[in-house]
Amino acid sequence: MALAAIYSLFIINKSGGLIYYKDYGSAGRMDTNDSLRLASLWHSMHAISQQLSPTPGCTGIDLLQAHNFDLHCFQSLTGTKFFVVCETGAPNMEMLLKVIYELYTDFVLKNPFYEMEMPIRCELFDLNLAQVIQKDRVALLGR
Amino acid sequence: MIGVGKAKQYANVLDKPLSRGRQEVSLSAFAFLFSELVQYNQTQVDNIAELERRLEDAGYAVGARVLELLCHREKGNRRETRLLGILSFIHSTVWKVLFGKVADSLEKGTEHEDEYMISEKELLVNRFISVPKDMGAFNCGAFVAGIVKGVLDNAGFPAVVTAHFVPIEGQQRPRTTILIKFAEEVKQVCIV
Repeated sequence: MALAAIYSLFIINKSGGLIYYKDYGSAGRMDTNDSLRLASLWHSMHAISQQLSPTPGCTGIDLLQAHNFDLHCFQSLTGTKFFVVCETGAPNMEMLLKVIYELYTDFVLKNPFYEMEMPIRCELFDLNLAQVIQKDRVALLGR
Repeated sequence: MIGVGKAKQYANVLDKPLSRGRQEVSLSAFAFLFSELVQYNQTQVDNIAELERRLEDAGYAVGARVLELLCHREKGNRRETRLLGILSFIHSTVWKVLFGKVADSLEKGTEHEDEYMISEKELLVNRFISVPKDMGAFNCGAFVAGIVKGVLDNAGFPAVVTAHFVPIEGQQRPRTTILIKFAEEVKQVCIV
């Protein structure tokens, strides 16, 4: 399915530390410190929202819609959060997050050289992620 | 009626026929188990060469058993006595049973008489593994090299078997080659 432009992808571990950050946009590139701060900020907001929710059984923020961007978040059963900042109204982001989660379980968790909760430095993960993003980008925008 | 449809009970477990068993195993289950094998051995060794040797030894045990099993199941208890015979046995039968497909290619080395190479675009055991840069040329395919060594040694063709990454023009991921170097006595007895 076609997907609109993604600005960035974040993966944070269960304690809120940033373990993967990829920037796809041409504007607003963040440096490392900013991305770390943003990740822990999101982690806290996600946790607070679970407490604040008026409905019982809330599992946190799934979607944040702002004027210029959308933020979709997916939390796995273990507390690892995958969130993507994309342009407003972008379709099928939830599916993209599930695909990225599958790539994570394959190329990061099955890698014997990856330490749990540490930053992700797996060549195969990067390669396959780039392929998934590129395939969708070409399908819609012809870029 | 009691007893209808019940499997025949054998008095002695050794009399039970060897079943073919389930042909397939979950790839994810194997990947996690293999990952744990590598991690466990990493804690026991000081350097990369030791780690490769340990994986090879683990593979050797598998190779020895696979040879016995496949000779019984696939080839009717006949053993290979020729070099090309055992190599094509490994290249097709062993690979098919272990990895679900035959190996990509089997080649004779050009530089030395006693060298043969089995090539694969990507070994099944390496499918989910990204080796960090600081480990140099380490290849978890040493496990597969150990399997091949186990088969060859127990079939009477002693050899030194190693796994190497071979970079290919225009492809991001290198191919893997299992290099088989036969021992002196094999060269003298079996001339192709």
